[in-house]
Amino acid sequence: MSFTVSARGDVTIVEVEGQLIVGNRQELKQKILDELEKGARKVLVDFARTGYIDSSGLGVLVSLAKKIRDMGGDLRLANLNDDLQTLFELTKLDTLFQISETRERALENF
Amino acid sequence: MNARPTPVEGFEAELDVRIPSDVQYIESIVEQVVRRCAAHSYPRRHLCLNVPVALTEALSNAILRGNQDNIARSVHVHANVDSSRLVLEVRDEGSGFDLDACTEDPTTPENLLREDGRGLFLMRRLMDHVERFSDGGNVVRLILRRA
Repeated sequence: MSFTVSARGDVTIVEVEGQLIVGNRQELKQKILDELEKGARKVLVDFARTGYIDSSGLGVLVSLAKKIRDMGGDLRLANLNDDLQTLFELTKLDTLFQISETRERALENF
Repeated sequence: MNARPTPVEGFEAELDVRIPSDVQYIESIVEQVVRRCAAHSYPRRHLCLNVPVALTEALSNAILRGNQDNIARSVHVHANVDSSRLVLEVRDEGSGFDLDACTEDPTTPENLLREDGRGLFLMRRLMDHVERFSDGGNVVRLILRRA
């Protein structure tokens, strides 16, 4: 599992490879906090290569979204597969995040 | 058991393993259980969502809450898979908790922005049966029927 950070214009893209669970959620949180420290305000988390997410992973996304919105930015999500989409719907977190089918679509109107 | 558990070769129906209280062991255990379910042709949704997420929740609860993240304590995992159902038992060394008292709904507007509180909810939504009992330790039993 790993996290890859890149940029497209003023959007910071974080790709989650593998699982986002209790064992690595702090690593993701710290990577995004580091980007915020450097001035990032638009963050897109891309789940194209993600396996599964547990409640800790969901919690970190919620926490980061709140923080980024408080800073005047936004955290958005892209490329959830059917299982991840179901997870967000079960927890109603699909109502909290703007979720795009693809990275390109997310970037179009970010 | 001090070393990271290695995946079991073959498709034995039963898994019985004791791990230290360390969240880094979770993925390996999940992988071993999922492989057994796959060998019994469980639906893809079970393999990719229900089993990994619910088992991860049970293991992290046992490690972080039951055993209070104390690596000197251990978690005992027993999984039994057949063509009709998966039965998982996760035992920690904690004093347990009242499962029935944990009824908070993380999907309500007042709870939606909370960082925690979704673990038990997900176990209940992703498994057919969740119960807790004491048996020389605190045990959470999860049952998933193969659809």
